[in-house]
Amino acid sequence: MNYKAKHQIKPDGGITRRTALKGLSTAAGLMAAPGFVRYAQAQSSEPIRIGFQCHRTGIGAAYGRWYERVTSAAVKRINDQGGVNGRPLEIVIEDDGTDAARGSEVVAKFANQHKVDLVYGTLFSHVVVAAAPMAGELKIPYYVVSEGYHVASGKMNRYCVQPGITDVKAQVRSVAPWIAQNLGKRVTLVYPDYAFGHDHRDFFEPAITAQGGEVIAKVPIPPTETSFTRYFPQIPRDTDVIYHVMVGPAVLTFVKELGEFFGTGGPQLFGFIDSLEAVDINSPGLEFLDGSHFWEGMPRYAQPDIPRYAASYRETVGIDENGASVNDPNDVSTAGHMFGCWETLYVIKAAMEASGYRGPEDRASLIEATEAMTEFPAGNEHPQGAKIFNGQIHQVFAEQCISQVNGGRLDVVHRTSIEDGMYEPEADYTTMSF
Amino acid sequence: MAFGPYLLLATLEGLVTSAVLALMALGLSLVFGVMRVVNVAHGEFYMLGAVLAWWFASLVSGHPAIGFLLALFASPLIVAAVAFLAERLVLRRLDYEPEATIVATIGLLYIIQQFALTFYGPEARPVEAPFDARIALPWFGYSAYKLAVIVVSVALMLATWLFLTRTRAGLIMRATQSDREMAQAFGIPVDRVYAGVFALGAGLAALAAVLIVPIRQAHYLMGLDPLLLSFIVVIIGGLGSLRGTVVAAILIGLSDGIISMFFSPTLAKMLATFLVALVLVFRPQGLFGAASR
Amino acid sequence: MSRIDGKSLWLHWAVLIVLFALNFLLPEYHRGVVTRVLLLAVFAMGYNLTFGYTGLLSLGHAMFFAAGLYGAGLTIYHLGWSVWPAFGAGLLAGIVLAVVVGFLALRTAGVAFMIVTLMFSQVFYLTTLYFTTYTRGEEGLVLPVPARTLTVAGAEFGLTDPGTRYMTALALFAVVLIATAFLVRSSFGRTLLAIRENEERMRMLGYDVFANKLASMAISGLISAAAGAAYAVLFGYVGSGFASIQYSILPLLWVLLGGAATTLGPLIGTLLTFYVIDTASSYTSAYMLLLGIVLILLILYFPRGIAGTVRERWLPWLP
Repeated sequence: MNYKAKHQIKPDGGITRRTALKGLSTAAGLMAAPGFVRYAQAQSSEPIRIGFQCHRTGIGAAYGRWYERVTSAAVKRINDQGGVNGRPLEIVIEDDGTDAARGSEVVAKFANQHKVDLVYGTLFSHVVVAAAPMAGELKIPYYVVSEGYHVASGKMNRYCVQPGITDVKAQVRSVAPWIAQNLGKRVTLVYPDYAFGHDHRDFFEPAITAQGGEVIAKVPIPPTETSFTRYFPQIPRDTDVIYHVMVGPAVLTFVKELGEFFGTGGPQLFGFIDSLEAVDINSPGLEFLDGSHFWEGMPRYAQPDIPRYAASYRETVGIDENGASVNDPNDVSTAGHMFGCWETLYVIKAAMEASGYRGPEDRASLIEATEAMTEFPAGNEHPQGAKIFNGQIHQVFAEQCISQVNGGRLDVVHRTSIEDGMYEPEADYTTMSF
Repeated sequence: MAFGPYLLLATLEGLVTSAVLALMALGLSLVFGVMRVVNVAHGEFYMLGAVLAWWFASLVSGHPAIGFLLALFASPLIVAAVAFLAERLVLRRLDYEPEATIVATIGLLYIIQQFALTFYGPEARPVEAPFDARIALPWFGYSAYKLAVIVVSVALMLATWLFLTRTRAGLIMRATQSDREMAQAFGIPVDRVYAGVFALGAGLAALAAVLIVPIRQAHYLMGLDPLLLSFIVVIIGGLGSLRGTVVAAILIGLSDGIISMFFSPTLAKMLATFLVALVLVFRPQGLFGAASR
Repeated sequence: MSRIDGKSLWLHWAVLIVLFALNFLLPEYHRGVVTRVLLLAVFAMGYNLTFGYTGLLSLGHAMFFAAGLYGAGLTIYHLGWSVWPAFGAGLLAGIVLAVVVGFLALRTAGVAFMIVTLMFSQVFYLTTLYFTTYTRGEEGLVLPVPARTLTVAGAEFGLTDPGTRYMTALALFAVVLIATAFLVRSSFGRTLLAIRENEERMRMLGYDVFANKLASMAISGLISAAAGAAYAVLFGYVGSGFASIQYSILPLLWVLLGGAATTLGPLIGTLLTFYVIDTASSYTSAYMLLLGIVLILLILYFPRGIAGTVRERWLPWLP
């Protein structure tokens, strides 16, 4: 058994050896079958190899597991429908431990050892930022699914693209008008005291001020913190809305303690689903969230007006009505983010087809083809909704969902427009050299 | 919020942290004091206790108190058994050499973490508190369970203290702690005492975890911070001093919360850590340690 | 013993020559791996000086590595310094921090020293987060490629080129290896060993134990910072993850595995740990399990570390 096949032996719904071999043998069988044209036209039916930098261990593991499941579902679907330029996709997975240094090593391993065509799938910002220089130096396309503002800021390089999920700046700008109009104008921010939280702080304040609101207090929480109650007195009494963006394993505690502290008479709450991804909204202690609002990239709970393509996406990745695994109702997905993997893979497919991608020698034209993209219509390829891609800053823009917790499920109460989140580009990657 | 209630809240929060920290540090202090080894895996025993608590609680349906009580008894026992096994299979063969033990317990840390990740998963999962009550004070609400945690840990610490001072097993442990050779000369099976102490230490960590898990969820990476904090507590308190361990736990639990009333939280953490370090710099034997090391 | 004797001198040269040759022999990926390992081994050698030779178990060396990393990285990123002065700033940050921390922490000994260094390092880590405005905290900063150019005798070398990068890392490794090899055989080095073995006796003999330990800390901090500063310019990333407790535990692990108080142990330990993780993670997602088992087996059967056990059993002259 060769090296790459070993990689595909995955427990729990990953890409198993069997499915991978099946994909390969199907392709070979079709090649041999008389009268089959599509594969015969392609120069080669060698698989296109995509290095998937996955957070299998470390703090990102809860996300990593679902990123992996969505990736394997999307790849299977793409391969079942004929692959890319007649070639099947093959995923090679490396765990980066959600660690910055290891992230950079993994990109080098993909490029130099596995000889993949491109690297894809990173979520946590610190891993993206640490690995991006290596991708640039090795001149290998790096498609991230991270929602950080790093790519759009222009601080990365020509090879880094984020075409499947919006960045935090756009998310914050999208939701600010709705908060000001519906929840209140005096906002207290509670955020983790590091880069991710600072982005929220720095982008939200101007956005809410533009709506006639104001940030009346900021409560930064140290990242090593595991209990939060003692910070709550810093929230002023006349606060209308508490805007919270805590992440990491301690967020459940955070939300719970917020409930104990305020009881039922407290300010309105607006949070980012990042806090509760992979967590059941009906967990004990979260009852008080009832009636509060969350940003979601894509709804966790199947909505009554769900479009057919979104339903089909949910079925393919294997999540039920409530956004949990169809195999285990306690295994809650990271639905608000993981669609980004699916959509990114379809963008890669489209860019490869547009550039006639053959192999690593076409990497630069693959990036150029991606940069040339402008709009993605909603559909099977983009189940979250329609998108606008800005090739200058390598960043996609999308509609955002604002959902309310109602009787133990999240109901979408508002969908922002794509334009709500758009901002003046601060960089232009297309003028940079490869 | 006015200063008074704010201080009350910070103190209550600090006491909850202190109570659990003291219990966990007590376990580490025993291992440290009696066996003179640095057990880096102590935080993982804590994590294992929390994860098992979730598992036990999810086994039984009905009132949440049933599952919690089951976890409170069963989880520390299993963790103690795991620790006992590790001690027999690994630490004993290393002859408790300090440096070798560090590497071995780092190895143990990785193994336990991997098992938790594989069989429990990467999510943070809550355990329902045995009773759910919110005490509404005039200024803020507070969880009654948190107050119960303080009471229960004080009781458990008293029980440990009685065990160490009033029972024969405790006497043997303390004898081994104060002079290993002498204890051996008096026919104390030092080797078996070590195994018992290691299991007891791990059990206390697991107990602390079961108490905390309804407040802070079980997660496979939850062990590191409490490990560092309990190291600090044990050393600040003075090696081998149970009283010191408790006082240090209260000092550390409270300092962070109260300093955070006056400074930005991260700055408060920096200051608290720095000040506690300075205590040690100017009193290297710890608060209650003997003058010579 | 005052000089490095023949065999061990040859061994060091042989190791350096092999490492030099590897630049041309190794496949691309492994050349990159060894580049990183060489830098981290420099860090481990710095750690070995205090831990192995002086008997000071520090759990705070991440702050020295990170001081070098940030000293070089922030001056490049915010002040636009070129590589040499930035590297110098990293070294300066490391040695100043080591002297200050040493001055305070060396009032303690044993486990108290371990905890004090741990806490100071934690303060440093929180500082990098507190000043997120300048450091971007855990997310970190990417150093611009044009700034990562090394000028040597008028010639410019781009540090993004894998070959240059390897050679730069090897040069730093060689300097530190030779320097520490001489240092530990010098009268200063023997004083440190004697302090490790019997501190009271040295004090009675009239040695200034504190000053010697402080010097050991300072040099160790300097070497660790050199590794950190080189890491920043060679890999173009600076982030607070490198100041976290993990990077204090790792050098301890590398040194213990390779062999404390051996000159080549740090390299062996670093190389081994890296490849165990790298290889295992290719075959199983449960690589931490394997790492844990390997650690326990090694310590059971090679309690003095690899180089230490080899020295004990077969080659008593091994440095």
